[in-house]
Amino acid sequence: MLEYLNFLFSETYKILFLLIPILVSVAMIVWLDRRVWAFVQKRRGPNVVGPFGLLQSLADALKYIFKEIIIPASSNKTIFILAPIVTMTLALVAWAVIPFGKNIVLSDINVGILYLFAISSLGVYGIIMGGWASNSKYPFLGSIRSAAQMVSYEVSIGVIIINVLLCVGSLNLNDIVLAQQKIWFIVPLFPMFIIFFISALAETNRPPFDLPEAEAELVAGYQTEYSGMMYAMFWLGEYANILLMCAMGSILFLGGWLSPIEAYPFNLIPSPLWLIFKILFLFLLFSLVKAIVPRYRYDQLMRLGWKIFLPLSLAWVVLTSSYLFYFDLLPVN
Amino acid sequence: MKIVRLLKTIFMIDFLTGLFIAIKESFKSKKTINYPFEKGEISPRFRGEHALRRYPNGEERCIACKLCEAVCPAQAITIESTEREDGSRKTTRYDIDMMKCIYCGLCEESCPVDAIVQGPNFEFATETREELYYNKEKLLDNGDRWESLLAANIKADKPYR
Repeated sequence: MLEYLNFLFSETYKILFLLIPILVSVAMIVWLDRRVWAFVQKRRGPNVVGPFGLLQSLADALKYIFKEIIIPASSNKTIFILAPIVTMTLALVAWAVIPFGKNIVLSDINVGILYLFAISSLGVYGIIMGGWASNSKYPFLGSIRSAAQMVSYEVSIGVIIINVLLCVGSLNLNDIVLAQQKIWFIVPLFPMFIIFFISALAETNRPPFDLPEAEAELVAGYQTEYSGMMYAMFWLGEYANILLMCAMGSILFLGGWLSPIEAYPFNLIPSPLWLIFKILFLFLLFSLVKAIVPRYRYDQLMRLGWKIFLPLSLAWVVLTSSYLFYFDLLPVN
Repeated sequence: MKIVRLLKTIFMIDFLTGLFIAIKESFKSKKTINYPFEKGEISPRFRGEHALRRYPNGEERCIACKLCEAVCPAQAITIESTEREDGSRKTTRYDIDMMKCIYCGLCEESCPVDAIVQGPNFEFATETREELYYNKEKLLDNGDRWESLLAANIKADKPYR
């Protein structure tokens, strides 16, 4: 019994130690996103609450907590309440396998990348449930769009992941990072990195692919009927998902927690910081893209996903595997 | 030409150009102001919160001619008046319903003695509706509070009236 309790508490502490920094950084990243967006548009952005407006997200969260949660009379209540919970939980659960260092990982499972991929695919359920349970036009249209969009772009992300796995020979995320000690995969697989980045934008419903919540057409898409803390949970889940995609991108292509050069000044910086730097860099790109691009039309989105990205990434799989096979570089475990 | 277009698409030239412009612009000076802490310039003609002015000796300017009441398109002004002992006509009641008011400035323009004016203050939001039914007392108080600015604004705008 005591042993069990000991185990339970140590695991809980580990989870909290991972979860709380993530939630805090999600709040900070919302601030960063708004700030970058404002700077590109020559505005000032949130700069009043706390130093540089850093506490803006906390103020927003406080506001959301005190707002009334309105549940539409005609909605499917259980699913309506469940949807934001699902979105947020799935976005946070995926962080369990992200390695912040050689041994700094919550659960070092052998099929880490598959787990990550599966969880990020499940993310679409939160949105579909939210849109369906709202029982109203705009959320429904938004969720239909999002379902089609996320499913299409998942296909190309899957194929891109196969590219990386071919070079690594393991599904373990730490192995993927360690395989990049000689050279980061962004160099040999540069086109795949670009496609991954764009697909990640589509996967997380970020502009230019924010069709599920296109303000101009669908009010707020699947979030239209949500208010108060439930809306905030959707919001948190969305940004946690964006961070997760950035983490996935940095692990697959930017060498994860490895420092760029294994030399004196660089290896002093602890490995989690390197991963955080890379995530921040990718996130900066995410928010810059949000600031400069107009929204895609739905047919353009589908064309890009199915007619360009999928064939391209499939062709690259053939290319990578034949190159590795011809030069006898296939990893053998 | 088509090949150039294709190459541009493949290497995302347009996108990268936009990205660099965005990065460059984000370091330039901001076009917005820190609103509650610094405020934008407003013209002397600015039509903000109303005020009833006084002469320097403390006498009210308003002569209860009711031109403003008549001209008000929103019918936001209500005036009642009596004759004083010295034979001058003065208001006993001067109410403006600030929620009806459309801030057109016609009252100010119609006033023959520059008594009712619209000042530079635009931050008079209240928490209740009742606080926006301005009476004579409130308007005169506004006039006393803003007198120096009001006088300066009227003087600055004089050549154009």
